[in-house]
Amino acid sequence: MSTTLAPPREPSGAPADVGSRRLTDRVFRVRESGIIAVLALFVLITAVVQPRFVSSSNIQFILVDTAVYALVALGETMVIITRNVDLSVQSVLALSAYLSAGLFGHVHGIPIPVVFLVGLGIGLACGAANGLMVSLGRVPSLVVTLATLYIIQGIDILVVGGNEVVASSLPSGFVAIPNVTIFGIPWLAIAVAAVIGAGAYYLRSFRSGRELYAIGSNPEGAQLAGIPVARRVFTAFTLCGGIAGVGGVLWAAQYQTINSSAGGTNFSLIVIAAVVVGGVAIFGGSGSAVGAAIGALLLGTINVALDVLGISDFWDQAIAGFLLLLAITLDRGISVRLAEALRKRSARDGT
Amino acid sequence: MDPGHSADGHAGQAQEPAHDRAGQPPANDRPPASSARAPVDDHASQVPANDPPPAGQAQAPADGHAGRALADDLPAGGSADEGQPQGPDGGGEGVPLLSLRHAAKAFGAVHAIVDGSIDLYAGEVHGLVGENGAGKSTLVKILAGVYQPDSGELLVNGAATVLHGPAAAQEAGIAVIYQEPTLFPDLTAAENIFMGRQPLRRGRRIDARQMRAAARALFERLGVRLDPGRICRGLSIADQQIIEIAKALSLEARVIVMDEPTAALSATEVTRLFDVAATLRAAGSAVLFISHRLEEVFEICQRVTVMRDGRQVLSRKLAGLSADDLVRAMVGRQLADRVDDEPAVPGEQVLRVERLTREGVFTDISFDVRAGEIVAFAGLVGSGRSEVARAVFGIDRYDAGSVTVRGRRLRGSSPTSAMAAGMGFVPEDRRQQGLVMDMSVQQNMALASLGRLRHAGLISSKSERNFAADWALRLRIKFGRLTDPVSQLSGGNQQKVVLAKWLGREPALLIVDEPTRGIDIATKAEVHRLLMQLARNGVAILMISSELPEVLRVSDRILVMREGRLAAEYSRADASEEKIMSAATGQLQEQAQ
Repeated sequence: MSTTLAPPREPSGAPADVGSRRLTDRVFRVRESGIIAVLALFVLITAVVQPRFVSSSNIQFILVDTAVYALVALGETMVIITRNVDLSVQSVLALSAYLSAGLFGHVHGIPIPVVFLVGLGIGLACGAANGLMVSLGRVPSLVVTLATLYIIQGIDILVVGGNEVVASSLPSGFVAIPNVTIFGIPWLAIAVAAVIGAGAYYLRSFRSGRELYAIGSNPEGAQLAGIPVARRVFTAFTLCGGIAGVGGVLWAAQYQTINSSAGGTNFSLIVIAAVVVGGVAIFGGSGSAVGAAIGALLLGTINVALDVLGISDFWDQAIAGFLLLLAITLDRGISVRLAEALRKRSARDGT
Repeated sequence: MDPGHSADGHAGQAQEPAHDRAGQPPANDRPPASSARAPVDDHASQVPANDPPPAGQAQAPADGHAGRALADDLPAGGSADEGQPQGPDGGGEGVPLLSLRHAAKAFGAVHAIVDGSIDLYAGEVHGLVGENGAGKSTLVKILAGVYQPDSGELLVNGAATVLHGPAAAQEAGIAVIYQEPTLFPDLTAAENIFMGRQPLRRGRRIDARQMRAAARALFERLGVRLDPGRICRGLSIADQQIIEIAKALSLEARVIVMDEPTAALSATEVTRLFDVAATLRAAGSAVLFISHRLEEVFEICQRVTVMRDGRQVLSRKLAGLSADDLVRAMVGRQLADRVDDEPAVPGEQVLRVERLTREGVFTDISFDVRAGEIVAFAGLVGSGRSEVARAVFGIDRYDAGSVTVRGRRLRGSSPTSAMAAGMGFVPEDRRQQGLVMDMSVQQNMALASLGRLRHAGLISSKSERNFAADWALRLRIKFGRLTDPVSQLSGGNQQKVVLAKWLGREPALLIVDEPTRGIDIATKAEVHRLLMQLARNGVAILMISSELPEVLRVSDRILVMREGRLAAEYSRADASEEKIMSAATGQLQEQAQ
């Protein structure tokens, strides 16, 4: 008996392991492949009706247009995975866009990377404020970030007033960011994809990343397992804010005229919709940053597709809402089916 | 299971003490020893007539204790017999791995633990038993670092330590398997086991392959077939428990606390768990084993601690103790007299439940309640009492059987039809289920009677107020204004509001689930008086209570549930705390065999 107490060593039954990985992998792939299928369907239908839709310039346009949403969706994913939500990203983005791009007018010759760092800093500060109130103040994140959504917006309006940053004050290197392409692919899309890839890898392969999932899956259990819940939640909010801050700088580069309504009044909700459509469970615990990015791409594609087809904007929002419902229903359906399948499988294995 | 057998089997291993060498025990051990004597006096003087038969039946074959005077047989006396040098505990050796001294912990006005002490030595499985609410779970959470005691100290390897959180406890080598599994349903079994401690490869990245291999090795060691890559959602409770146990093993902890680990396990799984516990013990760990099943305690434990009302009342080696000794120490208090001694005059049958079954929850439950009668459901938490009540009231569905109220069988289970038939239900959790905390006192009271207070489709606030004022007076509810939110009232008064809500409907049958939980003693007595008064007025009452004094004090008949079945029925005259506890913990069946 005491021999069994030796520390666990090499795996003895590799085959079972492969089988299990295949099953769980398949389920995750199913989640993302569902969205990819919907995306492909939209592209196909639109392309048949209007071949111009799949021209390289139009695809470039969609990729650039989606990049900021997909980037901010990464931060939002980190927060939602912990069973929280950040509604304030649009205000953070707007504030960062104005203040960072405004630097070009105030400080002549300021290097572009410094401007990005300033945007990042503004975002981190806002995110940290959210994180502090949620993790230490134990106020529900929905309330905290709804409040900061308006507070930061108020600060933004106060700072900006009637002013705006105009394109002529921005250096040419900055405004060119959305237009640079490598082998026909926008540099911006590649950079954002790389950041999302890094974020997804962090969430999957690092202890603190997995702990975010654990917190969202069972907050009380996470506490009992000795996970520093407050610190992790704080970090998730801070990172989410920081990413929104960088998103603000990119927004400025893309739109070049920045007033107090940068980002629009709907940005946060679109990002959250993208995350949920992308398969991240709204009550935390599961989903991936890649899925969220594909969700953002899907929403962006629909937007452009309807435009190309000459369908009213109303339909755009209605379809986004419909997809949201579909995603949430599918999410429930999948997790129920998954539990069922696993139960049957382990029953088979047991015999 | 023969309790005497394994106790004797381990007697030979009981290590010689070295307590005196360590030099700390006196302060620690004296109070328990002296309070352990308390039950002796209580019971020797009070229940001589009731007790001997069961005691005799249980123990005669085991170790021949039956012949001895009951009082002498009790713990403190026993260890004195065996001589002083062995030390008051007669158990462990050297410095305990983990030791809690005179800990107290209160939550607001509720004193969960008043004087909690326990010593866990290397190489022992230590049983912890006590009634519901005796403070066991709080003690576990103190050992787990979840709660910090208000006073008292915790010693790890003899050094005073403050555990600032669960992580600190894990680092100190303490692993806890909680009563309710605390898994992450969205993550895999392997991730659940190694959360926060995943094996790493270069760059501090998680080595998923090695993690799964380690998890598989743990499962093999436990002899179970579980896929480490499987997501935990939908696992059976037993499988979840296995994962918790694997997690505790992987921590290589010196102290492993198991809070009722066997409640959800099948017999083979229990056997396997006991093998694991034995292995851990042989490897020099200490295992704290909490169970309501005394036969299990006798099977695997060497020493035992009994808690009652937040205090340690007994802590010593198990050899020489009988199951009856433990039950007596667990119950141990004065037998409460019934406040109202008028004999109940049961009237017509109001509720008749026949062969009610909900698969996996309760089986074949039949009983009746007559007008003017208070019938109590006693039993351990989780024995299915509340679930039966919920099914009777139509909240939960049942698979078989029938519920008949005043001769009419209820069809289709729904609370609405139960209410129409004249039932009222005061739920266990008044804050969540009984009251709308943000609504006013009068609105809450009127909630179940809106139909009667309606005039032309509208609720008249005047009739609502009159209704509430009337009941507040009758139930002596203390409040500021009737329009204050009910959340401002004390727990006892909140409970009265819930009662008023149902009494306003003039029910023929009232089901009350834990009517006095978390209520101070004075209000408790008032609630008791109220229930008895209602019964006298002809209401049939079905009460669920974990507090034995309350059961004995208020009820006319007592039904004891154990693991989803009716284990015994006592009339008020026959009932005693010992009998109820014996039936609830399964000692009764053993005696019958």
